[in-house]
Amino acid sequence: MIFENFPILTLMTFLPMLGVLLVMIMRGEDQERLRSNAVNVGGFVSLSVLVLAFIMLFQFDGANPEFQFVEKVIWFQGLNLSYHMGVDGISVFFVVLAALLTPICILLCKKSVTNRVREYVIALLILETLMIGTFCALDGILFYVFFEGVLIPMFILIGVWGGPKRVYAAFKFFLFTLLGSVLMLAAFMYLFIENGTTDIPTLMDNIPSQTAQFWLFLAFFASFAVKMPMWPVHTWLPDAHVEAPTGGSVILAGVLLKMGGYGFLRFSIPMFPDAVYLFTPVIFWLSVIAIIYTSLVALVQSDMKKMIAYSSVAHMGYVTLGIFTLNVQGVEGAIFQMISHGLISAALFICVGVIYDRMHTREIARYGGIVKNMPKYATLFMLFMLGSVGLPGTSGFVGEILALMGAFQVDTLIGTLAASGLVLGAAYMLWLYRQVVFGPVENKDAAAMNDVNLYEKVALVPLAVLVIWLGVQPNFILDRIGPTVEELLNTYYMTISLPTDELTRLGRI
Amino acid sequence: MNEMMIFADLYTARADVFLAIAALALLVVGVFVKGRGLYTICVMAAMVLVATLVMVLQQDNPREAVSVFNNMMVYDRYGVFMKVLILLGGIAALFIGVRDLRSHVIGRFEYAVLILLSILGLSIMVSANDMLTLYVGLELSSLALYILAAFNRNSLISSEAGLKYFILGALSSGMLLFGISLIYGFTGTTSFPLIADIIAMEQGAEISMPLIIGFVFVLVGIAFKISAVPFHMWTPDVYQGSPACVTAFFAMAPKVAAVALLGRLLFSVFGEIESDWVQIIYVLSLASMVVGAFAGLAQKNIYRLMAYSSIGNIGFALLGFIAGGLTGVTATLMFMAIYFMMTAGIFALIITVRDKNDIAAVKLSDFAGLSQKSKSVSYSLAFLLLSMIGIPPLAGFFGKLFVFKAVIGAGYYVLAIVGLVTSVVAAYYYLKLIKIMFFDQPSSDNFKIQSTYIARWVSIPTMVFVIGYILFPDRLYYEATQAALSLN
Repeated sequence: MIFENFPILTLMTFLPMLGVLLVMIMRGEDQERLRSNAVNVGGFVSLSVLVLAFIMLFQFDGANPEFQFVEKVIWFQGLNLSYHMGVDGISVFFVVLAALLTPICILLCKKSVTNRVREYVIALLILETLMIGTFCALDGILFYVFFEGVLIPMFILIGVWGGPKRVYAAFKFFLFTLLGSVLMLAAFMYLFIENGTTDIPTLMDNIPSQTAQFWLFLAFFASFAVKMPMWPVHTWLPDAHVEAPTGGSVILAGVLLKMGGYGFLRFSIPMFPDAVYLFTPVIFWLSVIAIIYTSLVALVQSDMKKMIAYSSVAHMGYVTLGIFTLNVQGVEGAIFQMISHGLISAALFICVGVIYDRMHTREIARYGGIVKNMPKYATLFMLFMLGSVGLPGTSGFVGEILALMGAFQVDTLIGTLAASGLVLGAAYMLWLYRQVVFGPVENKDAAAMNDVNLYEKVALVPLAVLVIWLGVQPNFILDRIGPTVEELLNTYYMTISLPTDELTRLGRI
Repeated sequence: MNEMMIFADLYTARADVFLAIAALALLVVGVFVKGRGLYTICVMAAMVLVATLVMVLQQDNPREAVSVFNNMMVYDRYGVFMKVLILLGGIAALFIGVRDLRSHVIGRFEYAVLILLSILGLSIMVSANDMLTLYVGLELSSLALYILAAFNRNSLISSEAGLKYFILGALSSGMLLFGISLIYGFTGTTSFPLIADIIAMEQGAEISMPLIIGFVFVLVGIAFKISAVPFHMWTPDVYQGSPACVTAFFAMAPKVAAVALLGRLLFSVFGEIESDWVQIIYVLSLASMVVGAFAGLAQKNIYRLMAYSSIGNIGFALLGFIAGGLTGVTATLMFMAIYFMMTAGIFALIITVRDKNDIAAVKLSDFAGLSQKSKSVSYSLAFLLLSMIGIPPLAGFFGKLFVFKAVIGAGYYVLAIVGLVTSVVAAYYYLKLIKIMFFDQPSSDNFKIQSTYIARWVSIPTMVFVIGYILFPDRLYYEATQAALSLN
């Protein structure tokens, strides 16, 4: 590696803060120019982060399951906390995902956000710092600082630029997430006291006692389940999505939901193996309920964003299902599904944003027949819709099929029920597409909308390329996450205290 | 005691002596200043406090406890840490007061003198090494505070606040004295080290019950001062009725001093019978956290809201004392320091919102649409409130981290979980204020941000602290640890 000692993760994490500073100190009389400068600076900074992210990705050694690009500096001696950063196969693609979606959101606000543009850009840049930091942090408290800090910019994004019920949505988002997180904080402090440090690699080597694992798992679960979100604590998500501005929805669906899944992989599985084993059946059923129930709920929605939000909950059901199958296919599928969902749901929210900006309504019934005057839009929307359905050839297929393969190895009934979600997913997404894009022209305004403009093209086309490319070439991701996942599962089965015959049944001896 | 020793003692206590003389001198000077003299005397009082601060910091050398005046007072690093906070609180209150009282008919220089006298009392309280010094310090500060609470004598509500505070304060002082007399009756002394020795000697044998009862009365007296539930009833009314700057002072200096005094009593004097008092503090803390969070939800007045916020935060601060030991006391000291900074900033900012007659806003709805009127004030206030909730990376998060870590380390899991959940409940009312400032439309143009110049002197340093603490967390923590070490 040529970047042996180059602090690339720190640079990626804190470069957006430089952008924040630049946008803040901008002064001038011409408001119009100030706005466009803010967007340009934000775009430039976040694109630089994206370039760094790609450099990091290509320097990343996929065969090595250890943490890479590690940086460790003492941060708080009194409490023995360190500024410890590093990425492994589990986190590396989430960093890239966060770096990819931020410039897209900043770009989109050029046309769709009209008031307080500078603050909008600042909020997005702060979010980028916090998101990248969350996935890179290797110290528990540092992780918590980034993880929880996300609440501030997201609260402001929903509350200031959101829809009519934004206050309710912002409060619900904030309080739900905070309640989950404080329990995780308590668990962190317990681990801190037991081990004298919250350094994540050290914590992974010191598994707590079985009783402690039980409670600690529940505390972490409270936080990650809300963040995922899992049924029945998912109710904040539809509200937050519906009210958030397009950029907020994109970041929320694209990156923030992945923090929950990432947390399960980073903390729950390596640190509390026995509790994970104990809770697996519960989580399977919760996942299956999430997949089937929220798909059914999605079927009856009349609001586009709400429908996609419910579909997100269903897709996250595959993620939790995959993670807790605790076999290589399942876990790899879960990670792949998270990345793929990050691209597809982000793109779908942008697609909704495109027509929302023109018509200012998200009612499905108000649209219809827009394929005639928006052919390019219809094509892109179709691609992402099919990706969300899980059509082979798109990235959505790979994640779902791997997660289901993992599930069938563990429990046929669970696998079958989860697979039925695919049918429901196809049903509501195709219905949505038919209502909005095809069919008779219901509304004259809808028929008069312009096709996607340059900014929207620049935002959507790269995502479309990625969705297809990852659908055809999933090994680009799987090769890099594979060794880490295998290492994770090997350690899991080594540390778990199960009788030998049980381990034999699982094929682990 | 020979003369030389008296001079040596006076030299050790020079910060307090200087403050006493300066306060009285300013009272004389104030009379001769033309006009109302508020501004002049406030500036001079602030300079006096800065000079005292320098003396207190010098006192840090040599870094060991020195007891003076026949063991009546003790000067140690614990006292230094707390006094720095109290003096900073006094300076902040003077800055806020200059702005807040400027247009008031009652904007008189006595405000500054009373603040100085109150700080002198608090400072004596923190250094007390004898029950009688404790009482003298407490009463000196309380008498000044009674007057301050009723400072706006033309206002019915302010007079009510003063009277209420006086009656309840007198009641709590009475309980404190009763407790002291019981302790004196059963130990034969009022000196802290001697009482501690007697308790240590009796250890193993039964501790006499009246001694414990006496201590409980002392605790009740102090619980009034820190407004821990169920002795908190006066707080919302006094916070609401007093002039805004006085409320700001109430929320900072006396709280810090009373917590300091409580820490000294619990650990230096009654440390041996921790198992006896810990349950009392446990109940006080639990009840304060719950009442502070839930009662705050219904408030429509910003000062009442801050009162319940301070009640809840005292509950958090007591968690460190429950945990005990070096980490526990350090945690409480850190929590108080961080809480103090946030409170100073919040009060400095809320008094800048005023109506046409230059009267400070009191209703939460008066803050509607503040973000459209002043970005700097509304964003600063939002950050301070988020810090109060305990959202990282702001300093308030670390305050909570310290106390909850200590209390979980001591094995009080239920208390920790209840505390964390109440902090989520309390998050709602802080968020409500942020919501009013950012998401609501201004109802009228009555309320404006006026003349933030002086408020900035308080709000900018606190903002820098709240946002920047994460970068250099060690320095303050080291000081707090040293302070806690000198106590045990």
